Amino acid sequence: MLQKIYDWVDERVDITPLWRDIADHEVPEHVNPAHHFSAFVYCFGGLTFFVTVIQVLSGMFLTMYYVHDIENAWRSVYYLQTEVAHGQIVRGMHHWGASVVIVMLFLHTLRVFFQGAYKKPRELNWMVGVLIFFVMLGLGLTGYLLPWDNKAYFATQVTLEIAEGVPFVGEATKALLAGDPNIVGAQTLTRFFAIHVFFLPAALFALMAIHFIMIRKQGISGPL
Amino acid sequence: MSEKRNQVSRRQFLNYTLTGVGGFMAAGMLAPMVRFAIDPVLKTSAQSDMVAVADLSEISDEPTRIDWTIDQVDGWYESEVPKSAWVYKDENDDIIALSPVCKHLGCFVNWQGDESHPDQFYCPCHDGRYYKSGVNVPNTPPEEPLDEFEVRIDGQTLYLGQTKPHREA
Repeated sequence: MLQKIYDWVDERVDITPLWRDIADHEVPEHVNPAHHFSAFVYCFGGLTFFVTVIQVLSGMFLTMYYVHDIENAWRSVYYLQTEVAHGQIVRGMHHWGASVVIVMLFLHTLRVFFQGAYKKPRELNWMVGVLIFFVMLGLGLTGYLLPWDNKAYFATQVTLEIAEGVPFVGEATKALLAGDPNIVGAQTLTRFFAIHVFFLPAALFALMAIHFIMIRKQGISGPL
Repeated sequence: MSEKRNQVSRRQFLNYTLTGVGGFMAAGMLAPMVRFAIDPVLKTSAQSDMVAVADLSEISDEPTRIDWTIDQVDGWYESEVPKSAWVYKDENDDIIALSPVCKHLGCFVNWQGDESHPDQFYCPCHDGRYYKSGVNVPNTPPEEPLDEFEVRIDGQTLYLGQTKPHREA
């Protein structure tokens, strides 16, 4: 049945080469832990991607209940945690995944750094990777405010003070981020929400696409 | 190796194993999220109690519009929601409380809302009409009678509950 549907589509639009390009590629011996166990260090990039997928999915589901308004944000989070089935699990995945993804990203960075895999011709991909790291930190920062509890509020207060400390453009940056020069409130929360669920994910997906296309173009770096 | 022992090739075995393990992981990830999303469908809603809406002395044999509010808990948001009913005493002195929501497309009907049809409920949206009993007038848009509220009388006080289909529906 499935084979027939596949064949029917494939006959019309020739999808086999598409997924072959994505899925069918050789894993070199030095990257295969079956040959050298130390090759497990190559897993961290993939794990970062895997956790990112979990973050995207759990985040999409959380927005079914979450409200980015200062009157209701905390109450909607409290409601989804206490009243909705599996609310603790879904929010827990997003909460802990946010930390795990940074850890995995960091381990991946360490592997690339200490193996010298960033060297020519892969230095451009290293730069894209660093941009992904910044985007991830931005996602963590903006997501931290969304529950609108005390920790969220005061952490953001501090973040904005740090932004204000930047010479010359500090005050403008703070006002731009917070939506008001002095208040951390309603406008800050909606801004952080928009940045967290639309702007940064869009940037992240674009950068990840570039990152993966470059890996496939250049191939994985050779053995040490 | 004989042919018999080689029915599942190495490639097939790996394919099945990887698909199985991958499917199990994907299901473990998605199951909580899906259950989380469909929760409103599976939640049993608490039936709200009967609410005191009027004194019996206010009710005549002419339909009167009664307005009251109920406390509604909507997730994390609690509010007072307005409700209304057309209430009268029928010929047996039984209290009839009709929902004002037209069964055509959900507008609000009015008693004697149309001058050419006194003693009928009238819906201004598409000229739907109902007799005093709440039964729809044939050949007007509505195809069912107006819903009725559950009625309880305690002393001189009228209590109304949920709507249910009309007794003649």
